[in-house]
Amino acid sequence: MRTGPGDTGADVASQRSGADVANERSGDGPLLDVRDLDVFLPAPSGPVRIIDRVSFTVDAGRTTGLIGESGSGKTMTAMAVIGLLPQGAVTRGGLWWRGENLLTAGPRRRRRVRGREIAMIFQDPLASLNPSQTVGRQVTEIPRRDGMSRRELTATAAELLGRVGIPEPARRASNYPHQFSGGMRQRAMTALALAGKPRLILADEPTTALDVTVQARILDMLRNLREQENTAMVLVSHDLRVMAHVADDLVVMYAGRVCERGPARDLLRRPLHPYTKALVESVPAVHTKTAIAAPLPGSPANPAQRPSGCAFHPRCPLTRVMADDGAAAHERCRTEEPEVLEVAPGRWSGCHFAGVLHDERSSTRVAGRNGTGPDTATTTEEEERP
Amino acid sequence: MTEHPTGLSIRDLRVTFGGGRRLLGAGAPPVTAVAGVDLDVAPDETVAVVGESGSGKTTVARCVVGLVRPDSGTLSYDGTPLGPVRGRPAEIQRAIQMVFQDPRSSLNPRMTAGAIIREAWQAHPAAAPAGDQHAAVRDLLEEVGLDGGVARRRPAELSGGQCQRISIARALALRPRLLVCDEAVSALDVSVQAQILRLLVDLTREHGLSLLFISHDLGVVRQIADRIAVMRSGEIVETAATEDLYRSPQHPYTRMLLDAALDLEVAET
Ligand SMILES: Nc1ncnc2c1ncn2[C@@H]1O[C@H](COP(=O)(O)OP(=O)(O)OP(=O)(O)O)[C@@H](O)[C@H]1O
Ligand SMILES: Nc1ncnc2c1ncn2[C@@H]1O[C@H](COP(=O)(O)OP(=O)(O)O)[C@@H](O)[C@H]1O
Ligand code: SF4
Ligand SMILES: [Mg+2]
Ligand SMILES: [Mg+2]
Repeated sequence: MRTGPGDTGADVASQRSGADVANERSGDGPLLDVRDLDVFLPAPSGPVRIIDRVSFTVDAGRTTGLIGESGSGKTMTAMAVIGLLPQGAVTRGGLWWRGENLLTAGPRRRRRVRGREIAMIFQDPLASLNPSQTVGRQVTEIPRRDGMSRRELTATAAELLGRVGIPEPARRASNYPHQFSGGMRQRAMTALALAGKPRLILADEPTTALDVTVQARILDMLRNLREQENTAMVLVSHDLRVMAHVADDLVVMYAGRVCERGPARDLLRRPLHPYTKALVESVPAVHTKTAIAAPLPGSPANPAQRPSGCAFHPRCPLTRVMADDGAAAHERCRTEEPEVLEVAPGRWSGCHFAGVLHDERSSTRVAGRNGTGPDTATTTEEEERP
Repeated sequence: MTEHPTGLSIRDLRVTFGGGRRLLGAGAPPVTAVAGVDLDVAPDETVAVVGESGSGKTTVARCVVGLVRPDSGTLSYDGTPLGPVRGRPAEIQRAIQMVFQDPRSSLNPRMTAGAIIREAWQAHPAAAPAGDQHAAVRDLLEEVGLDGGVARRRPAELSGGQCQRISIARALALRPRLLVCDEAVSALDVSVQAQILRLLVDLTREHGLSLLFISHDLGVVRQIADRIAVMRSGEIVETAATEDLYRSPQHPYTRMLLDAALDLEVAET
């Protein structure tokens, strides 16, 4: 099973030492290396594998974006990294943090990492802020534990809230969460994450309910953090426009599995998985008028009853094209689970027919240039690409 | 305006929070959330409200469904005045539904998704399906792009976007005439979003549903709205037909919003 660079077997991830991981890439290696991560959640009918062999890496000062349908496991992946999975969750695989597998670290070590090394901006601000404490008190929890004086805490609260664009931050610090608007709560969560000066920030939909001007401001702020303090980020968002402007690398998830990963711009320009392609084609444009995109048929896969073979096959536009006349899906897609393979340099795809998408893109470009028809273009060899 | 207004009509709406109360601490000035808003939503019309965070969009929406009592101003639906939710006739309560910005906190954590939808029918038996309610729940879930199995799960076991779709399904279960959507599709990925937008557009065309659609996504709004109101600091600074607003924004704030909006420019054409 090849799901990550240098893997030689399914169980290797949990056996190697941190040094191996650190040496794997030139330079210092990734800050975070998620290897074949599985998360099982209890359910009445037995444990359900909601995260299924997810692998990706995050380097210092870089931003990795997680995209995918709601329910595809983005939040649970982030929760596994920060160590706040729901009760009864079972994890398997490797979660390498600067050479240390957090999945085997003790609870005290994990608490220490949380907040100060890895911080999270939660998706659900109302549920994650304490309704009975002022916002100012909550954002200064870590400096307070470190023994900062009252006066300094007041100033720090205002400074943190100001950084995330809360107007009149000194006055607003004495508000309770219910006195904030939805977008302000989300920004308060961001301020809370910044307080511990972490090396990695997991941001779960940090701009989802924000208007574009505040969104731009938060994104600028996160970008500055990356440039000035080399803070790395895992950004969870379904907003591809945000991703295109902020993420260096992207991981696309479907039904708890990785469909595709690679450098963000390249991946959005030339998706090598039909699900990514459908996502890119459905983004509503702001500056030109577009019709509502044709939705994919069917419903998102439920991880408790993942379809056989490729989990995307009941909804996949490509498998229908590849299938023999009349069939709804290609035999291989129904029966054989695709491995996530490196199909072009740096580009990993979990689609049996990723090569077709790859050739299709290059051939249309060649066809466009030479003026040849699509029929001849499909035979174009990869070597002919510019 | 002389003719009898149909649909939703909002006149000079004003809302202040915290004035005179101790909640904000001694001496804290009250926050003016809505400072004189006029807005109409005709039957089968979709009106979008866009604007900066904290500008009062949610507060306007909560007044429309009767969860916030305005300081002054009038709200009416088909000429019937709209007071606090408990004082409204059952028919009006059913006819005006809202999908909340923070869907998880608006769903009862102890109930399954299916029970949440069926409870809406208990409160409004006139809207309940004639046949098998469990089958009707499954159909509704499918319409909002959810697997039928979700009916047996509780909100804590669902992702944010799944909760959002449960609250859309619950609102649609009552076959409302006016649906107030507060960032109702913002947590959904674009393919599911497209499915829900289509569903809403079909309902407006075929069943005369009207939408008050709050969103910060200027791409979505352009696809769905007939008219757009731009809010800033509790006031509507500009209202225009959708394409007019994008082609020739009049207010500097509208121009700033449009300039700040990103497009997926990396896509190859
Ligand atoms: N219950 C409340 N108590 C005190 N202040 C409140 C309350 N609800 C809202 N506010 C304040 O009223 C103003 C408008 O809030 P509202 O929630 O209507 O904004 P919004 O336009 O929906 O913003 P967002 O886009 O961030 O959701 C804000 O300043 C907010 O802090
Ligand atoms: N506390 C929980 N208990 C059980 N299942 C859950 C819980 N939270 C989320 N899930 C399920 O796990 C899957 C992944 O959810 P999540 O990671 O929140 O998705 P995303 O963030 O991509 O929208 C979904 O099927 C969701 O319903
Ligand atoms: S493996 Fe088959 S079903 Fe899956 S994405 Fe590729 S073509 Fe579609
Ligand atoms: Mg989530
Ligand atoms: Mg709001």
